Amino acid sequence: MTESIFYEWHNRSLDDAIYECRELFEDTTFPTVKRWRERGGKIVGHFQVNFPEEIVHAAGLLPFKVRGAPIDTVQSDSHFGSYLCSILKTSLELALSNTVPLDMFVSHPICDAARNLAAIWGRNVSYPCQILYLPQNPNSPHSVIYLRGEYDRLKRSIEEISGEAITNDALRNSIVVFNENRLLIRELYEIKKDTPWLISADEAYVLVALAGLIPREEHNDVLRTLLPQIRTREKRTQDKVRVVFEGGFCEQPPLDLIRAIARSCYVVDDDLLIGLRWLLEDVSLDGDPLTNLAEAYLERSSYSPVQHDLRKPKEKMLLARIRNARADAAIITAAKMCEPGLEEQVAYTRALDEARIPYFVGEFEESMTSFDSMEIQLETFVENILFS
Amino acid sequence: MTQTPDIVGRGNRDGSALFQKWFTEVNQTAETGGQAAYVFVMGSMAELLRVFDLPIVMPEINSLQTAVRRVAHEYLNQAEDYGYSPDICGYVKADVAVQLRHGEHPMGRIPPPSLAVLTNACNTYIKWAEIWERMYHIPIFTLDIPGTRARGKQTWPGESDFENDRKYVLAQVKELITVCEGVTGKKFDIDRLRETLQYANVMSRGWRRVLELNQSTPSVFNALTDGTIYLGVSNGFRGTYEGAKYFEDLVEEMEFKAAQGIGTMTDEKYRLVFVGVPCYPIFRRFNELFSEWGGTFVNSTYLWFAAGGVAQGYEYDLSRPLESFAEGVLIYVRNAMDSMFYQEQALAQMIDPFHVDGVVYHPIKSCRTVSTGLADNRRALMASRDIASLFIESDMMDRRVVSEAQLKNRADAFFEGLASRRLAVAR
Repeated sequence: MTESIFYEWHNRSLDDAIYECRELFEDTTFPTVKRWRERGGKIVGHFQVNFPEEIVHAAGLLPFKVRGAPIDTVQSDSHFGSYLCSILKTSLELALSNTVPLDMFVSHPICDAARNLAAIWGRNVSYPCQILYLPQNPNSPHSVIYLRGEYDRLKRSIEEISGEAITNDALRNSIVVFNENRLLIRELYEIKKDTPWLISADEAYVLVALAGLIPREEHNDVLRTLLPQIRTREKRTQDKVRVVFEGGFCEQPPLDLIRAIARSCYVVDDDLLIGLRWLLEDVSLDGDPLTNLAEAYLERSSYSPVQHDLRKPKEKMLLARIRNARADAAIITAAKMCEPGLEEQVAYTRALDEARIPYFVGEFEESMTSFDSMEIQLETFVENILFS
Repeated sequence: MTQTPDIVGRGNRDGSALFQKWFTEVNQTAETGGQAAYVFVMGSMAELLRVFDLPIVMPEINSLQTAVRRVAHEYLNQAEDYGYSPDICGYVKADVAVQLRHGEHPMGRIPPPSLAVLTNACNTYIKWAEIWERMYHIPIFTLDIPGTRARGKQTWPGESDFENDRKYVLAQVKELITVCEGVTGKKFDIDRLRETLQYANVMSRGWRRVLELNQSTPSVFNALTDGTIYLGVSNGFRGTYEGAKYFEDLVEEMEFKAAQGIGTMTDEKYRLVFVGVPCYPIFRRFNELFSEWGGTFVNSTYLWFAAGGVAQGYEYDLSRPLESFAEGVLIYVRNAMDSMFYQEQALAQMIDPFHVDGVVYHPIKSCRTVSTGLADNRRALMASRDIASLFIESDMMDRRVVSEAQLKNRADAFFEGLASRRLAVAR
């Protein structure tokens, strides 16, 4: 499928193009997904955090990042009990309301709640739903071999959906596309870090998030076109604190919350949609593509509260992120009822205390609409840093 | 008939004594500064750890004991003061407080861990072990056990996808042996493993038979109350002679009761299945909400997953102990996970042989692994079978979210519905 499904940004000024990107991101009817479907395309939905989208892409299908949405849970509420995060409910709502028509759904055992999702979806939709068991013991030398086998199992499931075999050449081609995408996103993050006044946190977030909504070739087009313009944007530096935002690995904070933070802070690094940046380097094109993808996932990847790796103690990884981004402070958040996020907050704040790095702690929910109180508290926090 | 007084109730008496003995030994380990392995009920690896003479500590059980003994709130408050959110697992927080108190616990002292072994059967196990890693800088071993990928899609030995999982688990078991050798300074002895596996086989066989025997009318044990005692022995004594003997005796008792028509309650009116985790802060009272109406629990998913899946009766092949151990762990821990995520078909199949009148779902705030899918599971069960059900929420640890009056209202209404249902059928 070569025809563009996101064209509103074409031939627009930088600000207008970013505006269109934001419009698409905030549109909870997911128009690009519908366009893909109307053109005969098939779609594989994958729940947060990380997913080997290359395998879906190689089959000619659209990988759709299931990350909830700020919508009412009219149908899905009765499928869940209390004390659960919002993203579970809104994601199921997208499926039950057929807002996002899928051909397959894959979730991962990232947390106690989300590991139930494939079973719940499987009882309520007609298309196949399954769990991809990403290794929870990445320290086992056997984990690469295991994951290669698990990716192969996933590949066979996707072939059943597409009706065609996925060749190694197709996988390599997809890896090239995704390597470029990761490179472009890394460039965007370099801009955030080195010249944060050129792009606000919410703008950068929207540009990255589009990756989950459109084919990667189109996303590459967007970034390839806009990044040079952002670099030459005429924006003046402001008196803002450089912060790292942590806590956006799964359920996403409302865009307006990110915008509120951006009014007083430069977000120079974050873990928002970290799955899209999970692989830190190019995936090799030599040899067996599935082994290369498995090896990259385990050996050259980022961190999050939902992956245990003895080599990556999260609080040390956070301190490294802060150091590498030359941040002055951290914003430590968690989605409401997000157990991994809330548990990690304790380790994070203790490590930050020890390192004498100022931090701001908060909780969010994807559907929250009032940020005044949080913004006032954050401004006070920022002023304390600026004038201390 | 002269043996009746000795046999009936023996499982509860002996179980309580063994449970007390386990905690006495744990306490002695703490007092003498001995080594201890922290493990969890789903995939304890007890059979292997006993080869290295590592005393087993189960923090989940330590935590629930603080609730049963009505002091959980003191521990929860301490962990929350330390920084842990009210919205995370109460077991974790109670254990954090035990560690902050240097092992002080209502049943004695808990030794610090020398090693922690956990599976991915519950993601909170992983986060929990990270806390010990930070506190004690001890070896943490995550034994990753891939579960069932989709509803009705279990794989079995000989299938390529199963073999991929089996090889992964076997490789990790071998890596765990190396870790245990390093921690204890003892060499692995495969004959000792064969011995512990043999004891575990006897226990698994016994568990399965005990569960089957509760198909009797009247039921021979209450899955919620008596069953929790059996669970304590199953978890604390797996892979030991005492554990094997206990379950052999338990089978004898239950067979005797079934043959003699001796029920767990004198006037059994309603046979129920319990789905979820018990309400430990009001453990006895919670059961009374049902027993006062003549209701008894003939089975539960708790006996399924909190026994780590072994109650389904998997038996090791002693001619290839290591390989069979890995295969068994994969199959029965996966089985435990299935009881949480894909339970509706098993529940539907339980209704007729156990003569079930109703299913009680008890999701809890603390445990999202067990609770997240219960509402949807209930919908699926209701769609497939005409069976009464009750859905009540509370917690296994935190009395702040346990409302006894509300629970009673709901239980009363449930039984009134059951009575009406029975009348309608009689007409």
